[in-house]
Amino acid sequence: MKRPLVTIDGNEAAAFVAHKINEVIAIYPITPSSTMGEWSDQWSSEGKKNIWGTVPTVTEMQSEGGASGAVHGALQTGALTTTFTASQGLLLMIPNMFKIAGELTPTVFHVSARSVAAQALSIFGDHSDVMAVRSTGFGLLASNSIQEIMDFALISQAVSLKAKIPFIHFFDGFRSSSEVQKIEQLLEDDMRTMIDDDLVFEHRKRALTPDNPVLRGTAQNPDVFFQGRETVNPYYLACPDIVQEMMDKFEKVVGRKYKLFDYHGAKDAEEIIVLMGSGAEAVHETVDYLNAQGANIGLLKVRLYRPFSVKHFVEAIPESVKSIAVLDRTKEPGAIGEPLYQDVITALTEAQTEGILPTKVFPKIIGGRYGLSSKEFTPAMIKAIYDELKKDKPKNHFTIGINDDVTHTSLDFDSSFSTEGKDVIRAMFYGLGADGTVGANKNSIKIIGEETENYAQGYFVYDSKKSGSMTISHLRFGPDPIHSTYLVNQANFIGCHQFVFLEKYDVVANAVEGATFLLNSPYSLEETWDKIPQNTQQEIIDKKLKMYVIDAYKVARETGMGTRTNTIMQTCFFAISGILPREEAIEKIKGTIKKTYGVKGDEIVKMNFSAVDQTLANLHEFKVPQKADGKEKMIAPVPKEAPEFVQKVTAEIIAGRGDNLPVSLIPDDGTYPTGTTQWEKRNISLEIPVWDENICIQCNKCALVCPHAVIRPKVYSKDLLKNAPSTFKHVKARGKEYGDDIVYTLQIAPEDCTGCAMCVDVCPAKNKQEVRLKAINMAEQPPIRETEKENWDFFLNIPEMDRREVNRTNVKGSQILQPLFEFSGACTGCGETPYVKLVSQLFGDRTVIANATGCSSIYGGNLPTTPWAKNNEGRGPAWSNSLFEDNAEFGMGFRLTIDKQNEYAKELLEKMKSELGEELVKGLQNSKQIDEVGIYKQRDRVEKLKEKLNGIDSSEAKHLLSIADYLVKKSVWIMGGDGWAYDIGYGGLDHVIASGKNVNILVLDTEVYSNTGGQMSKATARGAVAKFAAGGKPAKKKDLGMLAMSYGNVYVASIAMGSSDAQTVKAILEAEAYDGPSLILAYSHCIAHGINMEKGLQQQKLAVDSGYWPLYRYNPELTAEGKNPLVLDYKEPKIPVREYAYNETRFKMLTKSKPEEAKKLMVLLQEDVNEKWHLYNNMAKIEFGEQKA
Amino acid sequence: MKLETTYMGLKLKNPLVPSASPLSKEISNIRHMEDVGASAVVLESLFEEQISHESQELDYFLTQGTESYAEALSYFPDSEVYDFGPDEYLKHLSNAKEAVDIPIIASLNGVSIGGWIDYAQKLENAGADAIELNSYYLATNPEISSQKIEDNYVEILKAVKSSVKIPVAYKLSPFFTSMSAMAKRFDEAGADALVLFNRFYQPDIDLENLDVIPNIVLSTSHSMRLPLRWIAILYGKIEASLGATRGIHEGTDAIKMLMVGADVTMVCSELLRNGIKRISGIISEMTKWMEENEYESVEQMKGSMSYKSVAEPAAYSRANYMKALKSYI
Repeated sequence: MKRPLVTIDGNEAAAFVAHKINEVIAIYPITPSSTMGEWSDQWSSEGKKNIWGTVPTVTEMQSEGGASGAVHGALQTGALTTTFTASQGLLLMIPNMFKIAGELTPTVFHVSARSVAAQALSIFGDHSDVMAVRSTGFGLLASNSIQEIMDFALISQAVSLKAKIPFIHFFDGFRSSSEVQKIEQLLEDDMRTMIDDDLVFEHRKRALTPDNPVLRGTAQNPDVFFQGRETVNPYYLACPDIVQEMMDKFEKVVGRKYKLFDYHGAKDAEEIIVLMGSGAEAVHETVDYLNAQGANIGLLKVRLYRPFSVKHFVEAIPESVKSIAVLDRTKEPGAIGEPLYQDVITALTEAQTEGILPTKVFPKIIGGRYGLSSKEFTPAMIKAIYDELKKDKPKNHFTIGINDDVTHTSLDFDSSFSTEGKDVIRAMFYGLGADGTVGANKNSIKIIGEETENYAQGYFVYDSKKSGSMTISHLRFGPDPIHSTYLVNQANFIGCHQFVFLEKYDVVANAVEGATFLLNSPYSLEETWDKIPQNTQQEIIDKKLKMYVIDAYKVARETGMGTRTNTIMQTCFFAISGILPREEAIEKIKGTIKKTYGVKGDEIVKMNFSAVDQTLANLHEFKVPQKADGKEKMIAPVPKEAPEFVQKVTAEIIAGRGDNLPVSLIPDDGTYPTGTTQWEKRNISLEIPVWDENICIQCNKCALVCPHAVIRPKVYSKDLLKNAPSTFKHVKARGKEYGDDIVYTLQIAPEDCTGCAMCVDVCPAKNKQEVRLKAINMAEQPPIRETEKENWDFFLNIPEMDRREVNRTNVKGSQILQPLFEFSGACTGCGETPYVKLVSQLFGDRTVIANATGCSSIYGGNLPTTPWAKNNEGRGPAWSNSLFEDNAEFGMGFRLTIDKQNEYAKELLEKMKSELGEELVKGLQNSKQIDEVGIYKQRDRVEKLKEKLNGIDSSEAKHLLSIADYLVKKSVWIMGGDGWAYDIGYGGLDHVIASGKNVNILVLDTEVYSNTGGQMSKATARGAVAKFAAGGKPAKKKDLGMLAMSYGNVYVASIAMGSSDAQTVKAILEAEAYDGPSLILAYSHCIAHGINMEKGLQQQKLAVDSGYWPLYRYNPELTAEGKNPLVLDYKEPKIPVREYAYNETRFKMLTKSKPEEAKKLMVLLQEDVNEKWHLYNNMAKIEFGEQKA
Repeated sequence: MKLETTYMGLKLKNPLVPSASPLSKEISNIRHMEDVGASAVVLESLFEEQISHESQELDYFLTQGTESYAEALSYFPDSEVYDFGPDEYLKHLSNAKEAVDIPIIASLNGVSIGGWIDYAQKLENAGADAIELNSYYLATNPEISSQKIEDNYVEILKAVKSSVKIPVAYKLSPFFTSMSAMAKRFDEAGADALVLFNRFYQPDIDLENLDVIPNIVLSTSHSMRLPLRWIAILYGKIEASLGATRGIHEGTDAIKMLMVGADVTMVCSELLRNGIKRISGIISEMTKWMEENEYESVEQMKGSMSYKSVAEPAAYSRANYMKALKSYI
C-alpha cells in the first residue's frame, strides 16, 4: 500500500504515531506541545483505534507533575503509555523520569522543546528544557524535520521497548512543532512491523499485579543503593546499537535511512558543524549551497544524544576534519561550555586516549550558542560560522544571530547572504488574526502539497497581543525537499491583506527585485497609490514590484463573509502566482472549502464559493507609477515624548526590529519599566465609543466594564477648562458633594480602544428621543481620531481627584480613581481585565502582584509594552510572574517579606525612638491605615522619618531607611486563572489560604484554560465542551469557594460584574480589608466560551439569574459579631440554566455534535444548579451567635 | 359516529390535528398526541433562518479569535459531525414517523426564494406525509409593492410544489387585500390545502427598559372568528382542502369550523395551556354534540354553514358588519 502524502505540522506528526502505538496517554496543556494532546484526545473521542484495535485512553491531569505520575503508574501496571510536554512541563516531570528510567521502563515522551523561563518566560523553541533532563536516564533522540518527527516517534518507541530505556523524542518548539510540511505518512503496517509484539508482552509481564505480586520502589541504604544504580549499565551500553538496529529496520520497511550521527557534506571536509534539531536542516541547505560553490565543508547531525555513543560519533567524522563548531541551542550559565560542546570535546578526547581518534590531528573545537527562543538561524549566520572555523584562532563560546556588545561573544554575519533556490516560490502574507489569513494559507499549502508534485512548507508568526493581532505567514513551494528552517526573507510574493499595516510596517522590506505585491485596498484603484506611504512607494518602484490590487473588504461584504477575506486573498494568490492553472486552482480551492466547512453546513460552503467566484472580477493589476510622490508617511512606533528606554528598546520591538537590538540595551535581570502600553498607539478598532454628555447620568458603569481602560471619567474644577480644545466635552458633575463649579468629563482614548462595545451594552441611559441611542454610542474612528487624540491629551493633563476625597465604596466612586492597568493586549471584550483594572484603581498605589502564568500574565507582561502603570506620584502596582504552578506561594512570599520588613522596621523604630522622637515613632507604629486618609498620613510620617534618617549616620538608620516604606500598608494580590487556581496551583493555593496570611487571591475564572486555547479545567462546568472534553465535560465544576469556606478563617467571595457591579466593588474592598487570606472567584466571560463578546456582561447576568454562578460573600469577621459569615447576594434561580447556557457555543455545540448527550448533561447541570442553591441558601440561613445554642 | 375526514388527500380518523408548536419537539409528546386521538400531527416549523444562519453562526463562534495568538490557535475541539437545525429536524421527522402511525406533516417556514426551499424534498425523503408551508412576509419596505409580495408568495409555493410529490398545504396570513383572489391563485398554483390563519406574535414594549420585547399571548375562542368567516367564504370556491386554525379550544369550536367548511381543525393554544390530553376531551365534546344533535358524520356537517349554504350569505360579509354594530346599541 502506498503511503499517503500529507501536509501536517510537527505536533500532528508526532501525535499521529504516538496515538497509534500507545494505550494510555496522560496529558496536560503547555505551549507548544498542547496540540499533540489535543489531537490524541480528539482522535480517541472519535473512536480512532491504535494498531492493536483499541482506542487509547486519553486523560488530562492537573499538572505535568501529575501527568508524569499517571504515566509512571500506567507504565508500572503494564500499559504502553506516553505523554507530550515542553519547557517547565518537562521540568515538573523530572522526579518521575528518574524513577521511570531507574526502573528500566520503556516509554517515549514527545517533547516540543521550548525555552525554560529564566529572566523572562518564552513560549518559543530551544533545547534548554531537554538539556535540563540529561541526568534522568532517559534517552534523547532529536528530530530535525517534520518527516523525521513522524519517523522518530516510531523508531524511539521500538527502541525503548527493546532497550528498556525510556526516551525523550524531541523536536524544536514552533519551528518544527508548528511548521507545516508535506511528508509521507507511515502506515499502520509500518508500525506493526516496527513494534515487536513480544516486547509489548514483555512490558505487560512486568506489570504490578496482585496475580503475580512483586514490590518496586523500595527505600535503600548506603549498603546497596550504589550497586543498584550501576545495574543499569548494560542497558545503556547496548542502547546505541539497538537504536541503529531499529533505524536499519526502519530503512528496510520504509526506505528512509538514518544513523545515530548523520554526516552530510564533503567527504574530505575540513570544517564541520555539529548540532541537532531543526537548525541542522538550515545547515544542510547551506552546506549544499556552499559546496556547490566550491567549499569543502560538512555537517554532523546528532540524532541520538543520550546515551551518547563515542564509537558511533567518531565513526561519523571524516578523517579530513580540522576544525569543528559545536552548536548548542541552549545556555548553561557558568559552565565551561554548553552540553553538546562538552560532550563532543569529551568524546574526541576519549577517542584520542583510546586510539580511535577519527581525524589525523586533534581538531580545533569551538562551541557556540544559537537560536535561543526560536531566534532565527539562517544560512547567513551559518556561513559566518564556517568562515570563523577557517580562522587560525576561531572565537570560542561564540553566539550567532545577535549582537553581543557586552561580552562580545557574537560573530558578525552578512545578512544579505541567501541560499534560497531559484525555483522556490517564497511568499509572505501579512494578515489580521480575524481575517482568516493563516487558515487560508494552511489550505493553500495543503492544495499545493497534496495536489501537485511540489514540496510545500508553511510557518506562521503571530503577534504578542491577543486582540487586533497581525499574523505573518511564510510559505515556500518548490520541486525539491525544503530544508529552509528559517523565515522567508527573500520573498518573491508578498500579500498585504490589511491596508492599515502599511502605515506601521515596511511590508515590502523582504521583497526581492521583481517580486509580486498583492494589496488589499479599501480604496479605488486610482486612490490606492496615493494612500501608500511615500517610502513604501519608493521601495515598490526601486524593487520593480509587480503590483495587484483588490478590494477584498468589498467582496467579503457583498458575499456575506463579513471581515473574513481569507478565501478571497487566497484566490488572488493562486490567480497571480500561476502555481496551478487558474481553473484548476479555483476548483481545488473550492474542494478545500468543502472539506473545511462542509461539516458546518452548506450555507457556509456556498458563501465561500461565492466569494471565490467574485474575486477575479475585482482583482486588478496596477501599473506602478514612475514617481513616489505620496503624501502619506509611516507612523513612528512611539511618540517623541516617550521615555528613553521606550524610544531605544520598546519602539524597536514594536517596529519589528527587536532582532537588531544589542545585548547592552536589554535589561540584564529581566526588570522592565511599567506603564509602557500608553506609548503604543495601536488604532486597531474602526469604531470607538462617543460620549453624549446630555444623556449621561454619570454612573461610570461604562468605565468600570471597559476591558482596556480607555473610558475615563474625571471630576474637576471648571477653571481647568480654560485651554480646552473646542470639541472637548464636559457637563456639570452630578452629586450633592459637588458644587456648581465642578464639572464631569467622560473621555475615550481613541487610539487604544479595541471596539468591543461592552460600554454601550452596559450603559443604562437611553436617549428619550431615539431609544437606540444611549449616553455612549459607537461611531467611526477615523473621522474623529485626530480631534479625540487632542481631547485625550488634554484630559490626561487634568489632575486626578485626590484619592482621599473619593467615595470608592460604590461603582461611581471607584471609577474616579485612576486605573493603573491600561491598554493591555487582552482580547477585545475580555471578561477578566475589568476586575484586574478595578483592583488597580482601588489599591494600585500600594499593591504588589503575583501573577500566575496564563492569559493575565500574557496581557500583563508580554513585551513589547505592558499595561501595569504608575500614577503621577510614581506609585503603582509592582508585578511579577513566577510560574504557573507556584503563584499562590510566590505571592505569599511577598507577604512574608512585607510583614517581616514591617516588623523589623517597627523594631528599629523602637530602638531609635529617642533619636527620632516619640511622637513620630508612636504615630508610625500605631497608624491604622484603614482608609486612604490613614494611608496618606502614614506616607507623610514615613517621609518625615526618611528626612530624619538621612541625617543620622548609623547602621540602624541605614537599615531603617531601606525598609521605611514597609511601614505603609501594602496590599498583596495573587492573580491568575482557573487552570492555576483549580488545577496546577491548587495545592499551593490551599496551603496559602490555610496559612492565615493577609493575601488577596483573585481567580479570574473563565472555566477553561484560555491562554493555551480552551482546555478543560476542574472549573469547567458540566456539559460544556472544551478541549479534552470534546463530548462535554461529564463531571461537575469544583466548588473552590466551598472548599475555602471550610477553613472558616478565609474571606471568600463569588462575584460577577455583569450581574452586580456593586457587589463586585464591595467584595473586592472587603477582601482587601480583611486581615487574613481572601479568595475572590470572579466570573470572567471569555472568547473561549464562543459568545458575542459585546454581550459578555449580559451572559454574566443570566449566569447569576439562572443560579449557574452564585453571588456571595463569606466574611469570617461576621462570625465574631455572632452573625452568619455567609451572605448570599443572589436570589433563587428564576430562569432555567439552559437559557443561559445555550447562548454560548461551548454548551450549544454539543447539541449539534452529540444531541442526546447534551440533553442528558443539561438535565444534570440543572440539578447541580438547584443543589447549589439549596445548599448555599440553607447555609446562609444557619443562625450563629447566641441564638445558635 | 363517523369522524373521518380527508385533508389534502390524507385520510384522517378525525378532524383534530395539533398544529405546529414546540410540543411536537419531543417524540414522547407526539406519541401522546396519537394516544389521545390526534389524527395527524404538524411538526414544529423548520425556519429558513435556521437553515441559513445556524451553521454560519456556529462557524463564526468556533473561528472567533482563532489563528491570532501563538498559544491559542483555536478555542474548541474539532468535531467531525455537526447536526444543524435542518439535519436535526430531518432526524426528528424520521423518528416521529417511526414512533407513530398517524400522518406527520412537516412544517417549513420562510419568506424568500432561497436555498431553504430545497429542504422540502429532504422533508419528503425523510418520510413526511405532507408539508405545511408557512410564509409571512412583513411588508416593511415601502419600495416593494403588494403585487410583488403576492407574486412572491405564489413563487414560493410553486417552487416547493415542483420539488415534491407529497401534498403541500399553505398556511397563510389574513393580511391580503383580496383573500379570495389570493386563495384562488394559490389554488391554481397547486396548493393542496390552505390553512387559515397563522397567528403572529406581536411584540410589546417594556416601558422600564425601553425595549421592544416578544410577548406571546395564547389564543382564546374569540380568535376563531377570522378563520371561521374566511373558511365559510372560500368553501366550495377552491379545490384545495381547508384547514382551520386559531382559537379552537372546545368541541363546539371545532364543530363550527367544520360546519363552515374546514376539512381539519387544528389546535395549539389549548394544548399548551391545558395539556395534550385535551385532544381526547375536544373529540368527546364533538362526539357528544354530534350525538345530541343527531349528526352522523363529519362529512355531513362539513360546509353546511358555509357562505354558499347559509340562507343569508351576506351575514359573512359587509351586512354582518352592520349587524354586529347594531347589536351593541
